[in-house]
Amino acid sequence: MTMADLLRADLRLVTELVPAGSRVLDLGCGDGSLMAHLRDEKGCTVRGIDLSPEDIASALGRGLSVVQADLDAGLTGYADGSFDYVVLSQTLQVVRRPAFVLGEMLRVGQRGVVTFPNFGHWRVRGYLALRGRMPVSRSIPFSWYDTPNIHHTTVTDFRDFVATNGGAIEREVSLVTREWAGQIRRVHLWPNLLADTAVALVRRAHVRGA
Amino acid sequence: MSPVTAPGPHVFELAGGLDLVSSRRLEHVQIAYETFGELDAERANAILVCHALSGDAHVAAGPDRFGEERPGWWDPVVGPGKAIDTEKYFVICSNVLGGCSGTTGPGSADPGTNAPYGLRFPLVTVEDMVDAQAALLDHLGIGRLGCVAGGSMGGMQALAWARRYPDRVASVAAIATTWRLAAQSIAFNEVGRTAILGDSAFMEGDYYEQGQPRHGLAVARMIGHITYLSDDSMREKFGRRLRERAEHAFEFVTEFEVESYLAYQGRKFVERFDANTYLYMTKAMDYFDLSSGHATLAEALAGLRSRFLVLSFSSDWLFPTYQARELVDALKAADAEVSFAEVPSPYGHDAFLLEAEQQRQYLEPFLARIVSEERERAGQDVAPVGGELR
Repeated sequence: MTMADLLRADLRLVTELVPAGSRVLDLGCGDGSLMAHLRDEKGCTVRGIDLSPEDIASALGRGLSVVQADLDAGLTGYADGSFDYVVLSQTLQVVRRPAFVLGEMLRVGQRGVVTFPNFGHWRVRGYLALRGRMPVSRSIPFSWYDTPNIHHTTVTDFRDFVATNGGAIEREVSLVTREWAGQIRRVHLWPNLLADTAVALVRRAHVRGA
Repeated sequence: MSPVTAPGPHVFELAGGLDLVSSRRLEHVQIAYETFGELDAERANAILVCHALSGDAHVAAGPDRFGEERPGWWDPVVGPGKAIDTEKYFVICSNVLGGCSGTTGPGSADPGTNAPYGLRFPLVTVEDMVDAQAALLDHLGIGRLGCVAGGSMGGMQALAWARRYPDRVASVAAIATTWRLAAQSIAFNEVGRTAILGDSAFMEGDYYEQGQPRHGLAVARMIGHITYLSDDSMREKFGRRLRERAEHAFEFVTEFEVESYLAYQGRKFVERFDANTYLYMTKAMDYFDLSSGHATLAEALAGLRSRFLVLSFSSDWLFPTYQARELVDALKAADAEVSFAEVPSPYGHDAFLLEAEQQRQYLEPFLARIVSEERERAGQDVAPVGGELR
């Protein structure tokens, strides 16, 4: 089993999207699995931000540099455009100010890679439609009252969100991650209905006349 | 094992003297240091620990410079099996320049007069302390440190190391410290100095025959202790409890537990610490500014290749988290490799001496990784030409 097999499915896709040798900032980097992979397999320069002491400790043991910070406070210290890629994996839904965080990503990075659970997935829709209850599933495993996920979005909503906040989606990959353990499948048809996870490559929108 | 690196207390005579930041020069410098653990074959496992204002070279348990077995000032963190593990690392700690625990300071004899320097001792800076440590490492045959670690004023030395000897430090652990004192901290230092300078026993620093200004130094220490605690820790530790009485005495005597604690700390301190050194140490801290010579801190830190671990404590109001974050942001802007965490603790500034487990959580993996990288690096340095480089 290689390192890549141990990475979460959506993170594997992120490693495919990020070219070798890039400068990468990982927001909500967890134990640093993605960072270590990008550094060791692709020669990337990596930095991370996370809140959890245990995760920061794990990352330190891998020789990674991780700063404890709240993403809602912004990416202080980092100069504009100082990274090629800023990764936000499965974290957008937990921040209080998603538009601000997206703005900060696109300030310090040339491109952002955002992965998020799709609340428009048919299982989520079905759960709510049939049971009349807030969906609880493998990818959304919390009750509504104690969930860290305070900003759920769908693939379609995300497109609007990026466009209205000065960004542009360069590439969008929709995935089904739940079918087989460790297997991911890309979804081309009706992604907002059939994908449980989405990965988007985002850049700053070109301002007309600028 | 070379005799100079053998575990235990040592004294090093710095033959060439030392040029100071103030442009003055100390012709004769002696440095008291202690070592713990063994230097490995690659000389890659050396960790320099720098002490704070009132510390000394005795960082971990063992015989001190008088041969007395006693715990070290950072015992919970440094020792066999501890976060800074003396079974794995070669730990060095020296008394700072200007100190009063074996290293040349204002209480040492001026070779010109054979009398104690007193205030004729030149003002020393944190950078001078670091230069003296660098000379010590030359003497020990240690070119490069795996880590230089310290809390409070020790953290300032660790940071100064990174700027002054960037190629000699693989990593820096800067704990409960700041890149420069804010007005509030300078103010507390000045109150302490004023207490010492205003004591009639101070005699312009020439008190060594008559005995030192005990009252002034004790007051300085009491103020210091207040800044090392927190509202929470004082409330928990003392509350409004009275000591050895049930009712107020209606006299100016020590009544509250907190008064008794401060009085005890003051009394204890004057037995072991020199008032002049207190003046010199606080001045060195006030002068310390990691950005000196540059428009911004980030500019001053540009190009540093050491890896940084910065730890602050949530209730530390002497060197609060916002100051650690200023440092971290500047390191980020300078593209340095920096990790940071704020340790939750009720113990105020003293937390760096007490929160062993929470510091271990970060220090242990950080040091283990750095030293293994340093070993690899040392192995490469001696690899034959044509050896594989990674």
